[in-house]
Amino acid sequence: MADKMATRQAYGEALVEIGEKNKDLIVMDADLSKSTMTASFSKAYPERFFNMGIAEQNMYGVAAGLASAGKTVVASTFAMFAAGRAFEIIRNSIGYPKLNVKICATHAGVTVGEDGASHQAIEDISLMRSIPGMTVLNPSDGVSAKKAIEAAVEMKGPCYVRLGRAAVPVIYDENMDFQIGKGITVKEGSDVTVAATGIMVNEALIAAEQLAKEGVSVRVLDIHTIKPIDKDIIVKAAKETGGIVTAEEHSIIGGLGSAVAEVISVECPAKLRMIGIKDRFGQSGKPAQLMEEYEITAADIVKACRELI
Amino acid sequence: MLNVDEVKNAARNMRQDIIKAISAAGSGHPGGSLSAADIIATLYFYKMNVNPEAPDMVNRDRFVLSKGHAAPALYAALGRKGFFDVEEMYSLRKIGSIFQGHPDMKKIPGVEMSTGSLGQGFSTSVGMALANKLDGRKSKVYVLLGDGEIQEGIVWEAAMSAAHYKLDNLVAILDNNGLQIDGRNDDVMKVEPVYEKFESFGWEVMEADGHDIEELAEKLDAADEVEGKPVMIIARTVKGKGVSFMEDEAGWHGKAPNAEETEKALAELGGEQ
Repeated sequence: MADKMATRQAYGEALVEIGEKNKDLIVMDADLSKSTMTASFSKAYPERFFNMGIAEQNMYGVAAGLASAGKTVVASTFAMFAAGRAFEIIRNSIGYPKLNVKICATHAGVTVGEDGASHQAIEDISLMRSIPGMTVLNPSDGVSAKKAIEAAVEMKGPCYVRLGRAAVPVIYDENMDFQIGKGITVKEGSDVTVAATGIMVNEALIAAEQLAKEGVSVRVLDIHTIKPIDKDIIVKAAKETGGIVTAEEHSIIGGLGSAVAEVISVECPAKLRMIGIKDRFGQSGKPAQLMEEYEITAADIVKACRELI
Repeated sequence: MLNVDEVKNAARNMRQDIIKAISAAGSGHPGGSLSAADIIATLYFYKMNVNPEAPDMVNRDRFVLSKGHAAPALYAALGRKGFFDVEEMYSLRKIGSIFQGHPDMKKIPGVEMSTGSLGQGFSTSVGMALANKLDGRKSKVYVLLGDGEIQEGIVWEAAMSAAHYKLDNLVAILDNNGLQIDGRNDDVMKVEPVYEKFESFGWEVMEADGHDIEELAEKLDAADEVEGKPVMIIARTVKGKGVSFMEDEAGWHGKAPNAEETEKALAELGGEQ
């Protein structure tokens, strides 16, 4: 695998592979198939691909109908229009009847870049995780994204998968073990923990490397499943390292930071810092510039870690 | 073969069930349930291939109540058809009951989709029809919409997609009683001309008296002959049909009758036969 790869790229490739084995797999898109990468599936299996036009609400409703008739449905658009625009359809027609629809949403977060705030979903994790029974996945690299899609299709019931636009470094080798609900200790450490999700796992690793030079031992967790969250790995980290920094490319309101706070405040109170977007809308810019502007870089994680030790 | 008396009898019994259940619940939607009763009765007691002994049989026809607030009419039809003991539906809207205020497919045998949030059932019916096409099943999907409901934008997204995918196995019926919670459609938000709207969206459009069983049956049969496009049957109905003081009154959209009104309504409906 290449050194860098967008999680949406891995998603597109995974769909083609899964579609060959799983003949009941249906893929839908809302006129963004070239961006979400479902276009490769549409070429490989045109009879099982449905372009629903620029009508996300109806797409998720139709997906629910197909799933009620026994199909496994993957329906894609940008995170803003899936979790945002179609929220109530996903809640009532997919979540409530527990239908087998996978909401694979690409272009999440501010690293969408130049398109600006209207297209940068920073609330999607919060929205999706609030739906009873919804599984929420946020893979960190190309390898885990592919495995996340396989796991999402494998499981029964509604699942939201958050995918990014920008190419990000590959962290894992092909043999990595991806299990829904099981966080991954990417790096052991004893002084402080960074619980990261999505593209922020890589930032956390950079931060850990930097802090290691100062003699600080940082544990890095990949919380790829925001829901159901891996309580054990978080409580263990809180107990063993005394403090947790959460890192997400999402609002600190309702996302991973909130999910971790919900766990430790009840199970094992510990010091907590949240790296994420602080109640602001995004804006146009290059992904790297935006990460800096919204204080979601490795340097910001380093700063937060220092505050905790 | 159409047995008009059988369908009429079912519809009459359903109307009694609707009044009794809503009265016992102390809340609910009698107006729209009564206006839909003849349509739903014609589907379940004449047209549709369903089997209460095997609610999940693969080649069944499916019915989606997109106007989910008419749930009591659906429950009554399913109960009278034998999916469950009809008396059970008198637990409507009570804590722990499977008979939720709006239909829950996970709880009640025979309910094909959880509905209630308007417009969404229509979209899901498009998905079901698509699945039938993909799997080469001849089964039909029927979906009932309210006329106020079609003010929802998703309805037109769904209408466009059903025509685009040439879903001639999808039959929508519009319960066109002209009223919604806040008053007449025309005053709240004009929906007419519905015929021309659906026609221009690529649908085969038919009209029927929504309380004339023979005409409804005739149009549902005619829908079988349509090829290459979905069918919309605009059923002209009267909200609250069958209970004189509820008829054509928006105020009875979402209000339960009290004991006296219940007695009067049941007397007018002529008792169980």
